[in-house]
Amino acid sequence: MALALQTFPTVKDANAALQAAGTRYLGGGTLVVRAANEGDVSVSSLVRATEPSLSAIAVSGGKVRLGASVTMAAIARHPELAWLAPTVRAVGGPAIRNMASVGGNLFAPAPYGDFAVALLALDANVATEDSEVPIETFLAGRDASRSIVTSVTFALPRAESFRFLKVSRVKPKGVSVLSIAALLQRIDNGTVTAARIALGCMADRPMRARAAEKALLGCRLTPDEIAPALAVANEGTTPITDPVASAWYRAEVLPVHLGRLLLE
Amino acid sequence: MVKVPVQFTLNGSEKAELIDSGATLLHALRDKIGDTSPKGGCHQGTCGACSVIIDGELRLSCLTLAETCNGAVIRTTAGLAEGGVLHPLQRAFLDAFATQCGFCTPGMIMAAKVLLDRTPNPSREEVVEALSGNICRCTGYEPIIQAVLTAARANSQNVA
Ligand SMILES: Cc1cc2nc3c(=O)[nH]c(=O)nc-3n(C[C@H](O)[C@H](O)[C@H](O)COP(=O)(O)OP(=O)(O)OC[C@H]3O[C@@H](n4cnc5c(N)ncnc54)[C@H](O)[C@@H]3O)c2cc1C
Ligand code: FES
Ligand code: FES
Repeated sequence: MALALQTFPTVKDANAALQAAGTRYLGGGTLVVRAANEGDVSVSSLVRATEPSLSAIAVSGGKVRLGASVTMAAIARHPELAWLAPTVRAVGGPAIRNMASVGGNLFAPAPYGDFAVALLALDANVATEDSEVPIETFLAGRDASRSIVTSVTFALPRAESFRFLKVSRVKPKGVSVLSIAALLQRIDNGTVTAARIALGCMADRPMRARAAEKALLGCRLTPDEIAPALAVANEGTTPITDPVASAWYRAEVLPVHLGRLLLE
Repeated sequence: MVKVPVQFTLNGSEKAELIDSGATLLHALRDKIGDTSPKGGCHQGTCGACSVIIDGELRLSCLTLAETCNGAVIRTTAGLAEGGVLHPLQRAFLDAFATQCGFCTPGMIMAAKVLLDRTPNPSREEVVEALSGNICRCTGYEPIIQAVLTAARANSQNVA
């Protein structure tokens, strides 16, 4: 493997080095080193930054900030993020979770990117050295992105409003058939007043289920009232086909699993 | 190829090596240092055979670049036995016939060690979860799970 790694104490210097052709950022390495091991010659050198803020988790003033180098395991351990622990525990096995970073997950192609699905439902913002954009904008442009992601931020959701489901065939650590995250605001009688639903594996990257979100407004979470949302769950999707499931299968089972998530 | 100096503690001994920049820790351990206990199975993060413990955390040495381990404390299965006496996990794997070809065994033992260090009396589910990143192609998982549970019991009896 003819790679060269350059380590910088600041994001600024690492960003400058990242502009060279054939250079990629090294997060936890679970995808980029794997690609190099497999003989991907498009990567000739790697850069990383060791700035401490990249590994920091901050929960304060109703906001959560996760540095891009924060690992899935670190999130699972954080006392104020217990509601996110089941989501991050759905990513790979224990060793993968000790390495897999928040920043890397934003770039992971389907069937990976389970945590990015959660971040999309949480309406996160993605920050680089000189900008901060909504996660949807970030995901749409990620293939052309040449800047180090420094952090993601999102509002701490009210208890019970966040839900996540990963469907896999091999338990406990198979890759996703699909993953679904939902952020639901409801009033006292249970009526949905706002909904964000994000899907994984239903396109090459995490996407919103906008038609289903719209159909849920004004509904209570009963089988009859959510039926119209389930009927349009597949609108706009282009599911992937891979060894664990075909696009057809994913489209067939999405409404079933979305229904289970909403009725849980 | 750029060579970089890397220093770390391996199973209690200080190591200082000149490593090719971009080389994996698996390569450094096996081919430079001569600790062949971590196995190279898939080099893709899937099989867990290369698992080692870095600063107390289970990691895949095939996906870890050696130079990112500067200053780290690394443990491998080769360093578990003390004074010629097998570690309880090693003993239990032998006694429970949890080792057939043995290729997955060092990775399984490292995954189990991290679990027992944090959770001395794990449930069966916790053992299954802890080993979920490690593939065994021949023994079958049941004897391995039983070996880990047996080692946990042996440990708690020693402590008591
Ligand atoms: C066996 C195995 C199982 C897996 N299972 C799952 C799973 O169940 N669910 C899941 O979601 N994923 C899974 N993954 C994929 C992967 O581990 C995760 O998606 C992980 O979060 C990627 O993060 P990383 O830090 O390792 O990325 P890296 O490999 O370091 O980087 C991936 C890409 O993102 C870029 N990048 C990384 N960080 C930054 C940054 N801060 N700024 C700019 N660019 C950056 C890199 O340059 C590279 O192009 C699995 C991988 C393996 C090998
Ligand atoms: S060789 Fe590292 S996980 Fe298979
Ligand atoms: S004993 Fe042969 S792979 Fe596990």
